[in-house]
Amino acid sequence: MAQRIDVKDLNVYYSAFKAVEGVSMSVDPRTVTAFIGPSGCGKSTFLRTLNRMHEVIPGGRVEGSVQLNGRDLYGKDVDPVAVRRTVGMVFQRPNPFPTMSIFDNVAAGMRLNGEKNKKVLQERVEKSLRGANLWNEVKDRLAKPGAGLSGGQQQRLCIARAIAVQPQVLLMDEPCSALDPISTMAIEDLINELKTEFTIVIVTHNMQQAARVSDRTAFFNLAATGKPGKLIEINDTDKIFSNPAEKATEDYISGRFG
Amino acid sequence: MSTLTQDTVSPAPASPIDKPNTMRAVKDKLATVAVYTAFLIAVIPLVWILYTVISKGAGALLNPEWWTNSQRGITARTVGGGAYHAIIGTLIQAAITAVIAVPIGVFTAIYLVEYGRGKLARAVSFMVDILTGVPSIVAALFIYTLWVTTFGFERVAFAVCLALVLLMIPVVVRSTEEMLKLVPNELREASYALGVPKWKTIMKVVLPTAFSGIVTGVLLGLARVMGETAPLLILGPPSKAINMNPFEGFMAALPTMINGERDQVVQAAYDRYWGAALTLIILVMALNIAGRLISRFNKVSR
Repeated sequence: MAQRIDVKDLNVYYSAFKAVEGVSMSVDPRTVTAFIGPSGCGKSTFLRTLNRMHEVIPGGRVEGSVQLNGRDLYGKDVDPVAVRRTVGMVFQRPNPFPTMSIFDNVAAGMRLNGEKNKKVLQERVEKSLRGANLWNEVKDRLAKPGAGLSGGQQQRLCIARAIAVQPQVLLMDEPCSALDPISTMAIEDLINELKTEFTIVIVTHNMQQAARVSDRTAFFNLAATGKPGKLIEINDTDKIFSNPAEKATEDYISGRFG
Repeated sequence: MSTLTQDTVSPAPASPIDKPNTMRAVKDKLATVAVYTAFLIAVIPLVWILYTVISKGAGALLNPEWWTNSQRGITARTVGGGAYHAIIGTLIQAAITAVIAVPIGVFTAIYLVEYGRGKLARAVSFMVDILTGVPSIVAALFIYTLWVTTFGFERVAFAVCLALVLLMIPVVVRSTEEMLKLVPNELREASYALGVPKWKTIMKVVLPTAFSGIVTGVLLGLARVMGETAPLLILGPPSKAINMNPFEGFMAALPTMINGERDQVVQAAYDRYWGAALTLIILVMALNIAGRLISRFNKVSR
């Protein structure tokens, strides 16, 4: 189910502005890869290119290639909608659909993609909510609005919603930055469980979090404001935090800048 | 830290706390008075109108005939008759207008917010602005030129509706646009990230989220249109009989009923036009209440 990602010489643009330059990396299936780096270094932008979400912003485009199990996501005949069904995403702020109940929120992706069978929906919603460690908390109030949950629960609801469409890869854009420490811990535990099934890429501002949850860590940096962000180094998380190859990485993780 | 504690021990010479600013207090009072006065001035005409219309029009409405009979065969001097013909006429015209104007308005707003980029969107937005400023008499004359002079059709209620559509579209576009802009982008992104195509995202996520606001906007537009008189005078002269066919004959409406009785200086007609005015106000209010109920039921129960 989980798939590998190979990125080669990727440049990302917003209209004429080059936001990210020359990124090449590989992500193995069933691993957690963390992106760290100072604000504006392009890590979120780069993450969004992995499921073509950056194209939602007018003027967003790329050069280079992103391959999912050897298939180019930016090939001419590839539909971005199909890419996003395969590569799911969880956002910084929990964003459940306000008009929908808890059940409908999780079922939304399946329903909107044409699944009508009630039994299939029910089973998948339960499985996804269990997968997101939320089932026990909400099983008695599935018909209540998703917006009525706490922030941490809402974020797990969003994770349930994302895994309900059975993607191969799960992208997380600072999923804990709006949450308290307890909820953050719940999400981190969840990431550990999810990686048995999905390939996970997570952007985080919290270096301890990167150290806790990820197998590999990529450090992004930018030379100056207005210059494109670059991948400085990617390696096993232990290596990055104990013995980084680059001086900039060491400065960043030891708190000398950023 | 040590300097800080020293500071608090020795009396601070010019701390803002020690010196109450009377000028500020005066300004505060002045602003408060100004705001309340403005509010009262704004409310006085509203209360006055309501009081006048209710006290002068309620009599006519209390007669059950008012709601069931037309004015057919009733002269200005005779007491009696009802407003049924005008009520039904106003409702039919409002319904036809809404059926045409709401889809056009909502779709235009969707285009402007979700798709429109560049020159065409700017042009459309500019046109809507112009349409907002078109006086109702101009809209009516435009439809008259088109409907009667160019195509040679008779003046009928449907032509009135076309003029009203011109007046309603910009209201619906602008209010729907504002509501769609209020839908957070994060919801659209969440939907895209689930592999949902854009059109489905708009249909199933964006529109339901903005639904109550859109309904309110539509009702405001409808309320404006129901009170318009110029198109009625030019395209649908008053009638005293019941006519439910928008494509044949003249159809009565409340604004023309008010206007038609206005020049009569007898008590019977006087009662009738105040009654018609009150009826129109009640209709608009009922629509607003209905709209609020609809948008409330649409929400997931909390």
